[in-house]
Amino acid sequence: MKKLFIAFLVLVVVLSFGTVASAKALKVAMDADPVSLDPHVQLSGGMLQYSHICFDPLVRWTKDMKFEPRLAAKWERIDDLTMRFYLREGVKFHSGNTFTAKDVKWTIERLKISQDFKGLFEPFVGAKVIDDYTVDIITKKPYALLLNMATYIFPMDSEFYTGTDASGQPKDAIVKIGPSFALTNESGTGPYRVTYREQGVKNVFQRFPEYWDKMSPGNADEFILTPIKNDATRVAALLSGDVDFIMPVPPQDYARIEKDKNSKLIAMSGSRIITVQLNQKRRPEFANKMVRQAIVYATNNEGIVEKIMKGTATVAAQQAPIGFAGYKASLVPRYDLKKAKDLMKEAGYEKGFECTMIAPNNRYVNDEKIAEAFASMLAKINIKVNLKTMPKAQYWDQFDAQVADMQLIGWHPDTEDSANYSEFLVMCPNKETGYGQYNSGNYCNPKVDEMVLASQTETDLKKRSEILQEVEQILYDDAAYVPFHWQNLSWAGKKNLRMEPIVNVMNFPYFGDLVIE
Amino acid sequence: MFAFAVRRITQAIVVMLVISLIGFAIKHEIGDPVRDIVGVSVSVAEREALRDKLGLNDPFIMQYARFVKDALHGDLGHSFFFKKPALDVITAKAPATLELVFVSSLIIIFVSIPIGIYTAINPKNWFSRLTMGVSIVGVSIPVFLTAIILIYIFAVELHWLPSYGRGQTINIYGWESGFFTLDGLKHLILPSIALSSIMLPLFIRLIRSEMMEVLETEYVKFAWAKGLSKYRIWLLHAFKNTLLPVITVGGVQLGILIAFTILTETVFQWQGMGFMFLEAVERSDTALLVAYLIVVGALFVVVNTIVDIIYGLVNPTVRITGRK
Repeated sequence: MKKLFIAFLVLVVVLSFGTVASAKALKVAMDADPVSLDPHVQLSGGMLQYSHICFDPLVRWTKDMKFEPRLAAKWERIDDLTMRFYLREGVKFHSGNTFTAKDVKWTIERLKISQDFKGLFEPFVGAKVIDDYTVDIITKKPYALLLNMATYIFPMDSEFYTGTDASGQPKDAIVKIGPSFALTNESGTGPYRVTYREQGVKNVFQRFPEYWDKMSPGNADEFILTPIKNDATRVAALLSGDVDFIMPVPPQDYARIEKDKNSKLIAMSGSRIITVQLNQKRRPEFANKMVRQAIVYATNNEGIVEKIMKGTATVAAQQAPIGFAGYKASLVPRYDLKKAKDLMKEAGYEKGFECTMIAPNNRYVNDEKIAEAFASMLAKINIKVNLKTMPKAQYWDQFDAQVADMQLIGWHPDTEDSANYSEFLVMCPNKETGYGQYNSGNYCNPKVDEMVLASQTETDLKKRSEILQEVEQILYDDAAYVPFHWQNLSWAGKKNLRMEPIVNVMNFPYFGDLVIE
Repeated sequence: MFAFAVRRITQAIVVMLVISLIGFAIKHEIGDPVRDIVGVSVSVAEREALRDKLGLNDPFIMQYARFVKDALHGDLGHSFFFKKPALDVITAKAPATLELVFVSSLIIIFVSIPIGIYTAINPKNWFSRLTMGVSIVGVSIPVFLTAIILIYIFAVELHWLPSYGRGQTINIYGWESGFFTLDGLKHLILPSIALSSIMLPLFIRLIRSEMMEVLETEYVKFAWAKGLSKYRIWLLHAFKNTLLPVITVGGVQLGILIAFTILTETVFQWQGMGFMFLEAVERSDTALLVAYLIVVGALFVVVNTIVDIIYGLVNPTVRITGRK
């Protein structure tokens, strides 16, 4: 009995110590967790969020879309093709190795062979090491987005990833399926390092004691990331106090969280545009500019934002949102049913016609409802839409096969730049160059192509901005596609978290700088 | 008896082949796993190269033959998402589901039997009427709604119980168990109540009606006439005969319970096989899907085959008819 009592006492003491030790732990629930510890294995929001936790980029975006020095302390343009980066000294990797220019070179070489990143790094020749803390990054042609791309260069520990693992596979192998060294091991310079990981269940990160950025205010010793897929459960986990921070927040729960006395909500207009493409190859009607304009005029996207999105999106009339190079303030939504009817009449389609449409039902916020609303709006100008919706797992094959006359797609530019929308969504589809890969509308305007290509090599940012604004104007006038809105981004957390400084429009919260009060 | 067993086992093998064929056939309809593995801006050529490498472009028959050959060697393929052998993923997730089903079954047994007996004995009592009324409502509420209501009341409003996950688990010879920590047990309460809520009304009603029927039989009347104590009559003589149909139904319902774990586990972010299955559908992790169908199918086939064989051995009526 006495023994039992002592055992019980020990247990109580251990348990209470456990709670003391985890006092500065930050528990975060997201809808998914990183698929791998190798930052180059997949280009996705989740992987970039992870990269900002365990690694540091050369430069990173600030909240107002400027560049902030990280591992590169400063940089200067040497000539049209070369940018020189001066690296921060005294930076340690999680393995203990010292960060130098060779790691930058090594990382860029790896990015150039990564299946997901090689497209973005195609314009790059590579890096040239000048000395231990100076490196030149060289592009094939003058490239305006060099710094945008530098936000994707998260230097990896080249020494750590060199050699072969126990199974004889090179440690730097980028493996999509199957085991690899980088899948389960990481050594970056980031604020946190991985101490435990059970994929899809729980990820534990510890603050890296030798983190270079002593100015970082972040004070969570432990950072626990749990994926919670179900929206209602994720919100309940925050409201019940089981987690401290959640992302994303489902729009229907905004009000619930704002009412809660322990939680707060931050929402921000995002850069993912929702559009419908009108296939001109399948339907001669859509090749008629007036019909396309009529459809845009008939689309009450303000109504959709208000009624379906409950105000959790920003109405769009162009591809890029405010803050982007191509944003043109004069391009405003233009819902006007009368004008739409007139245009249909003028085009000779007063009686209307029938067409097909597909949309995903679990990819974008309220995607199915948006598609349904759109179909009923078109009924008013006598276009009968036969709509079919399907889960995203099946959608993209159908999308690529262009099985329907109208297809819904959302787009977020990996480069955080205006040109990227056009490159994928409206440039003439070309299998060889890869441009227009998601242009199922088959809109093809050589002038647009020419201007977008010109913007790539234009390093004068003001001129470049003018070119891209002109592109948006042409697309607007041509009614190249039907714009809906930009989805809002949202985060919610306990009141004692200083969340505002760490969230941004890229949706990479800088958890390393999060302060728990 | 030997011939019977051989026949049943042959049938079981055929069933397994059919399951694997169906599972394999539908996987092409689920979607393209490559889409989920790469980012959106990856070129078509890169995707095709990956499909070739994974053998997804081979003809159906070739893929199936390769799968059966590997399966016979105990290899059910690699999960695209977990980057591990599918069988390893499933066995790692199985304890969570089994523990949940086990606790739910316990709740069902220990709640439905006493209530079922009580309502059969006192059909006109207010408690019995209430139970019957509530059980109708209970049967018609879907499990995910029950689950969300439970989370809302006990986690969000009252802060008594955790809202998601399994909590702290202890590894016992490779079995991740939540039974041995206070935290793990707390996490078990809501999901197991939610899961048992589907079957509970059914079993209460089943036990009640069977019991009422038995209470009307001649031998029970004879026992009353003989002057046996009422508890002996109710619990020993009547209840024992109620059990046979209940067990038969219970065996079948166990399968349905496992099916419902898919919903329960999703709502509670319970890291079991059901949750894994739904996630795999969303990610088009087809290799894992097929492996799951095979494993669960095998589980059912094995259990049913054993039950059938045992049935032949122990059921006296079968034995007597067999002798004729």
